[in-house]
Amino acid sequence: MCRLAAITASEYFSPMENIHALETMKEGHDGSGMGLMLKNIGGFAEPLKEYPILSGICSRDGLKALDEFMKSKGFKEVHMWNPAIKPVAGIEKKDCYFAKFYDYPSRYRESTREEKEALLTGTRLALRKMGEADESIVVFSFYPDVLTLKEVGDPLALGEFFGLEDGRLKAKIILAQGRQNTNYAINLYACHPFFIQGFGSMTNGENTAFVPIRQYLMSRGVPGYVGYQSDSEVFTHILHYTVRELGFPITYYKDIITPLKQEEIEGRPDAGALRLIRQSLRMLVIDGPNCIIGFTPEGTCFMVQDSKKLRPGAVGGVKGKYALMSEECGIDRAIPERDRSLDVFPMKYDLVTVPMGASEVKVWDQLKSQTKTISSR
Amino acid sequence: MGPVKKPDKNHQLTLKDFPYGIRWRDDRCTRCGRCTAVCPVKAIVPGVRVERVVSSEGATPTPKVTRRVVSVVSQVNDIDRYCTGCAMCQLVCPNAAIEPEFNPDHKFLHFKNKGGDAYKRGGRRNDPNPSTLDMLKFTRISMLTDPALDAGRHEFHLRTYLGRILPPEALPLKAEDGRLAVDKNSDVFVPPVRQIYPIMIGSMSVGALSPPMWEGLAMGVAYLNEQLGMPVVMASGEGGMPPRLLKSRFLKYFILQIASGYFGWDEIIRSLPHMVEDPAAIEIKYGQGAKPGDGGLLMSYKVLKLIASIRGVPMRVDLASPPTHQTKYSIEEAVAKMIISMSMAWGFRVPVYPKISGTKTAKAVLNNLARNPYASALSIDGEDGGTGAAYNVSMDKMGHPIALNIRQCYLDLVRQGKQNELPLIAAGGVGKKGNLAANAAALIMLGASAVSVGKYLMQSTAGCLGDEHNRCNLCNTGRCPRGITTQDPKLYRRLDSSKVAERLVDVFRAADTELKKIFAPMGRSTELPIGMSDGLSVGDQAIADALGISYVC
Repeated sequence: MCRLAAITASEYFSPMENIHALETMKEGHDGSGMGLMLKNIGGFAEPLKEYPILSGICSRDGLKALDEFMKSKGFKEVHMWNPAIKPVAGIEKKDCYFAKFYDYPSRYRESTREEKEALLTGTRLALRKMGEADESIVVFSFYPDVLTLKEVGDPLALGEFFGLEDGRLKAKIILAQGRQNTNYAINLYACHPFFIQGFGSMTNGENTAFVPIRQYLMSRGVPGYVGYQSDSEVFTHILHYTVRELGFPITYYKDIITPLKQEEIEGRPDAGALRLIRQSLRMLVIDGPNCIIGFTPEGTCFMVQDSKKLRPGAVGGVKGKYALMSEECGIDRAIPERDRSLDVFPMKYDLVTVPMGASEVKVWDQLKSQTKTISSR
Repeated sequence: MGPVKKPDKNHQLTLKDFPYGIRWRDDRCTRCGRCTAVCPVKAIVPGVRVERVVSSEGATPTPKVTRRVVSVVSQVNDIDRYCTGCAMCQLVCPNAAIEPEFNPDHKFLHFKNKGGDAYKRGGRRNDPNPSTLDMLKFTRISMLTDPALDAGRHEFHLRTYLGRILPPEALPLKAEDGRLAVDKNSDVFVPPVRQIYPIMIGSMSVGALSPPMWEGLAMGVAYLNEQLGMPVVMASGEGGMPPRLLKSRFLKYFILQIASGYFGWDEIIRSLPHMVEDPAAIEIKYGQGAKPGDGGLLMSYKVLKLIASIRGVPMRVDLASPPTHQTKYSIEEAVAKMIISMSMAWGFRVPVYPKISGTKTAKAVLNNLARNPYASALSIDGEDGGTGAAYNVSMDKMGHPIALNIRQCYLDLVRQGKQNELPLIAAGGVGKKGNLAANAAALIMLGASAVSVGKYLMQSTAGCLGDEHNRCNLCNTGRCPRGITTQDPKLYRRLDSSKVAERLVDVFRAADTELKKIFAPMGRSTELPIGMSDGLSVGDQAIADALGISYVC
């Protein structure tokens, strides 16, 4: 089962903190891959926040084709970041790992956010398609202030491989997944975290209802609901569909994937709406076992479980820095100075959120539709 | 010597031509006469015959021949009184002296057309082979990486929806202070949707069924709903319902069917102002899986006082519904009008859906309904469905298996993104071999929202004797030996409605457990596994390809 380590903080920190947390959970991942997703990136990227970042891996030919394609679409490359690759035994180096910062095509300068997002998604999908057959181009995300790194290997070794110890790369929100290969062949597109238009998430466990959920998402007509090399990619897309496409507040993500029973719905102040949602979105109900950790475009991090809570998770930290992880030992590694008695172990009705800036933890109770705030020193 | 005569009985049938032969044991028979009295077709008769007995007494053999007259039970060789294999004789015999035996080499259909009258019967398709549904296996078992659920401990949501479901984008919702609310000022029509148990009781009419059978099912349904909290609904079949029930609070558990003869609808319309509850739904019957292209048929000898009054017809006349609705010009307007008319009658508070026979053209119907916002569901009845009366050729040879029909329709809805908007109800052969829950689960995983069951329930709740070897199948004659499909008080008083109700409850409780036992190891409990086809496999490559599931061996 994959291990998950997310940290959100008010100050920039290195992804090595996430990787060291994953290292403490090592019995749960087998070195079959790691995914890192950074949001609100610091250092060299701080002045470049408005420029969308295309993250991916290319062969030499792929990179050439990619550059030509981006140029033909009117994107202007303003910066390129490459990890300082150090050869590490057991990790097969690809030709080029990159994060390219682009300026929008001139005709998009005055476009709305939605139009720009549609452009970025369309471009990413076109690139993905271009490189799919020969794996010459693999792209993970294309969005402002979000950078993704993925590779097959042990997380700690990958940290060294990508040269992350040099401290160049920092962010305020970082998701990290240590992959445990189960049902699927090793494919970087199957590696979490997944991203679409500002929403990122990673999940552990299996998704038993994957097929009908995938069919439902793919039939929504939303560009970007493709791929699904992993059964967990649907969780990111359900989040996007709930919040972005339907315009529902994020708490309804919980109501959609793990709906209340009929009699429980009647006790909610928004029972009328819930009844309709329960019917209308039943194809998106999950059964787990899953622990989902992710972020929204506004930088809110969250953790939610399947309704039988067959995958645990924990949230803990101090004011200004919180960790959301699949195991508490990871939080111990990341934020040892915290008051452990304030750790939150989300139960079946809970949706835990940490707002941008990591000031506090909010636990939303699905049954009562009430939020409890937990603040650390 | 006289002239050679033509052989006697040359134009008579031999008993080897008949589908069932009677094995009668002289030594066991006490001549009580129960078997000949109970036989619904008088295929066996008491008779006498002369026996030649050779006996010897004394120390040396001194054979002595005597002749005596003995009473016997014998089978007649009249095709109109063929033994149906019902085995009621065996049931009533106190001494195990008699039983019917199936004759696989019979030539029944060669002769069962006397007077040019094509063979009519009730029951189901005479095909004892396993259906596709019975060949499907549940193979994706949760193991270690995704722990299986516990059928006894976890909560299971074995419920489905009957009614048109709005897509989420169309819901009249507005967000206020981080909370969604139904927008009261919206003019969006929110269609009525019922939450029901995914196994429905299929249409069997008052009239086709005897009073105690229908009453037993209805009592069982009420018990399941009110005592066990299982929202099982039952369809009326064509022919209406007793007025007292129409005006009762129990109406909400029933689906009223309107078919091409409109039988019973005078009474339903008269009862409308007095109804205290809405029915669960209205089913418009356009076809029946067992006899596609045929209308309903209630033979005159079943049209007695009660039935005649409910249906609004004279007594003792054949009630044949036309094969098609007389108002049906085209699906675009006539069917849409029918759906609208029925919806209007109940103020758009009741789901209205059509039921059709399984057919290659089901997708055309489906697509029309998918575009009609008032169509609440589509019920498809496959070839293994049952009927109270039909031509044998219709039952045996006409129709389409349900598995592929439902699968293709579901995938068509998926392509349109409407897989959750128009529920598909699968019927026809569910539980054919006794695997009610497994068949229901397989259909749900192929894409059905619910299944509808008839014959299986008659067999399991009232001991219907019929099978796929044409056993009994006398439903059309009104001589049902179990008292299930008859209006003859002498026959139907054999049936205890309380026992039927009790058995119905047993059946649903057991199926509920079995559904959980199927869904739990597959890791599905919070919602039905509609369309979860990756959990299914079959040991036949062609079937696997057609259904889009995996092959296993």
